[in-house]
Amino acid sequence: MWGFNITKTRAIDFDKNNREPMMEILRLEPSIRVCIACGACTATCTSGNLTPFNIRQLNVFMQRGEYQELKKEMHKCMLCGKCTLVCPRGVNLRHLILKTREVLLNEEPLFAQN
Amino acid sequence: MQPNYFDPFVLPFTLSMFALLTFLVFKYGSWIYRFGASDRKKVFKGFFSRNSWLAMKEIFMEGLLHRKIFKTNRRLGYMHMSLAFGWFLLIVVGAIEAHTFAKGSSPFYFPIFFRFFVPGTHESFFSDGFTQLMDLLLLFVLSGLFLAVLKRFKSVWVGQTKTSRKKPIDRVVLTSLWLIFPLRLLAESFTSGIHHSGGFLTGSLGTFFGVFLPINQLAYPAWWAYSLALGFFFIGLPFTRYMHIPTEMVLIFFRNWGIKLGVDNPVLMEVEINSCPKCGICIDTCQLSSMAGIHNTQSVYFIQKLRYHEDYNQVAESCLMCGRCEAVCPVAIDLNSIRLMHRADVSATREENFGFIPVQTRTADVIYFAGCMTHLTPTIKNSMVKILNASGDKYWFFDKEQGACCGRPLKLAGQLEAARELVERNRQMMMESGARMLVASCPICYKTFAEDYHLGMEVLHHSQYLERLMANKQISVEKLEVSAVYHDPCELGRGSGIYESPRAVVQNVAKLKSSVYQKENALCCGGSIAHLTLPLEKKKQIARETLRLLTVEHPQVIATGCPLCKKSFTGESGTKIMDIAELVAKALVAKPVREAAKQQKEPVYL
Repeated sequence: MWGFNITKTRAIDFDKNNREPMMEILRLEPSIRVCIACGACTATCTSGNLTPFNIRQLNVFMQRGEYQELKKEMHKCMLCGKCTLVCPRGVNLRHLILKTREVLLNEEPLFAQN
Repeated sequence: MQPNYFDPFVLPFTLSMFALLTFLVFKYGSWIYRFGASDRKKVFKGFFSRNSWLAMKEIFMEGLLHRKIFKTNRRLGYMHMSLAFGWFLLIVVGAIEAHTFAKGSSPFYFPIFFRFFVPGTHESFFSDGFTQLMDLLLLFVLSGLFLAVLKRFKSVWVGQTKTSRKKPIDRVVLTSLWLIFPLRLLAESFTSGIHHSGGFLTGSLGTFFGVFLPINQLAYPAWWAYSLALGFFFIGLPFTRYMHIPTEMVLIFFRNWGIKLGVDNPVLMEVEINSCPKCGICIDTCQLSSMAGIHNTQSVYFIQKLRYHEDYNQVAESCLMCGRCEAVCPVAIDLNSIRLMHRADVSATREENFGFIPVQTRTADVIYFAGCMTHLTPTIKNSMVKILNASGDKYWFFDKEQGACCGRPLKLAGQLEAARELVERNRQMMMESGARMLVASCPICYKTFAEDYHLGMEVLHHSQYLERLMANKQISVEKLEVSAVYHDPCELGRGSGIYESPRAVVQNVAKLKSSVYQKENALCCGGSIAHLTLPLEKKKQIARETLRLLTVEHPQVIATGCPLCKKSFTGESGTKIMDIAELVAKALVAKPVREAAKQQKEPVYL
């Protein structure tokens, strides 16, 4: 009677998600590859103090190819650069956010179907 | 009767000169045509004003004498001066000589080829004097040319560690420029040799060449070659860096008439881009070049990319915006503003705004704004709170709970639209407090408060505030037994012109040592948030190298006025890095200043 369709599947199908924009972002700022997801960036973030803005989560969104969420969150960042200064791995998060904005803006049609 | 002063060889020079003048008239006309109404009004108003005279004086000092290049290096200054001022004098004195002789009208190319048309000695006023003078001036130009050739082989001999890489067309036209003067020397010498005339240089060279060369046959082709070299140079000029020769003069006039380039007013941008002489003085001064091994992003290359419409995105992002190149640029091009304008602004189409920033207001006399970077270096913040409590001023710690950012980091990243929104939000809150003064601990914030906020209240960096507190005896300090060298932060020093206040503060609390790298020549710590792509390792490299240069005098403390400088230096330095606020807080005499404090018998800490 209820079947398996009662809840929407939470599986992420990488074959469906367009990973092109992500690859482009990684090409523009490769330093994110060494991220250990420690969350120091999120802890220090000024915007994150005022609103549920979470840099570490943004990274997860990006890696999964879920750009809609990413795009919405992205512009809460004030680019103050604290995240970059505290990052123990030297990831240039400020530039990463800037480039993500740029790529998502330019590649609108690429991820529209998702 | 007027003799016929014409020979076909004058044509290359004459025609190319006309072509060049026509081109320039149209080009400059189109620039003025594109000015906004207010700027065009300034042009018409300024044209007949005293400012035009000031502009001419500036053109003489900078365009001909090259005072600024002399300040950078004397040999380099002499090279540019002898070529520019020498050639100018050659034209002016030549014209006077020719007109004294002709006593009336003569074709405009006549002075240029005077010796060809009047080859022998003649009896007009001061003729011998003119001949010798012209030879002297030609020698003057040739001495500069010698240095220029030398510079091509080894630029260090002429005072530049690195000189700019030139485009092929620049090299071709450069060669024609170089050929002009030796060819003139040859042509005049041959003619003088034939007619036994000429001054100490051309006369004696003519006699000398006459011994072993068929100068009778060589003279005429030499004049042709001279005219061709001139013609080639004038035709090539608009496409190369030599466009700076006429454009720089136009730029100086525009500036003196009050037209200014800003991030939101790009009106002078094309004029400035065309005024860049590609001298490459900005290369040696750039720390990315000298300390981080990045050689493709210096201002000269950025401007070149803009001028030839090449892809500039990556280069636009790769700059510390420390302003060291602006400080030495002989043309004073607004390099930082131009670069900022070319960083892609993707914030105009953003979906979210900064509505999440809580609106808060409080009444106070003084607003204290620590800034994001100061929150990362809490000792500075705590020191300032201690000082503010001791001062007795009624203050409001604006971003105590780590509120909004000032907006300058967005602006430095080119996100002008988002920056504007943030500025407006903060401004509203600040205005409502009714404060008379805003104190910022971070020079990055200070600069934007002072320039973009239009608050109508006094905006101070904490160095200025501390200086004032000490002068007003609101706080008293005891001099510490430490020696300190003061490191000028880029945004505070070259960016805002505040050099003396922090030094006065340091002098009050410590022994101030001087450094070669101070004031306009101060170095960047490497941590600048204006550079969007610099990897951490290179930032550290710049910080280490800067620290090495700052500590030659072995100070016990490096004092600075910027939390970001402190952050970049700490960890790389063996010497203690302290913000001036920390120094003052440490030197603060725990003495009750106000009645309230007297009753407590204790200074107020927070």
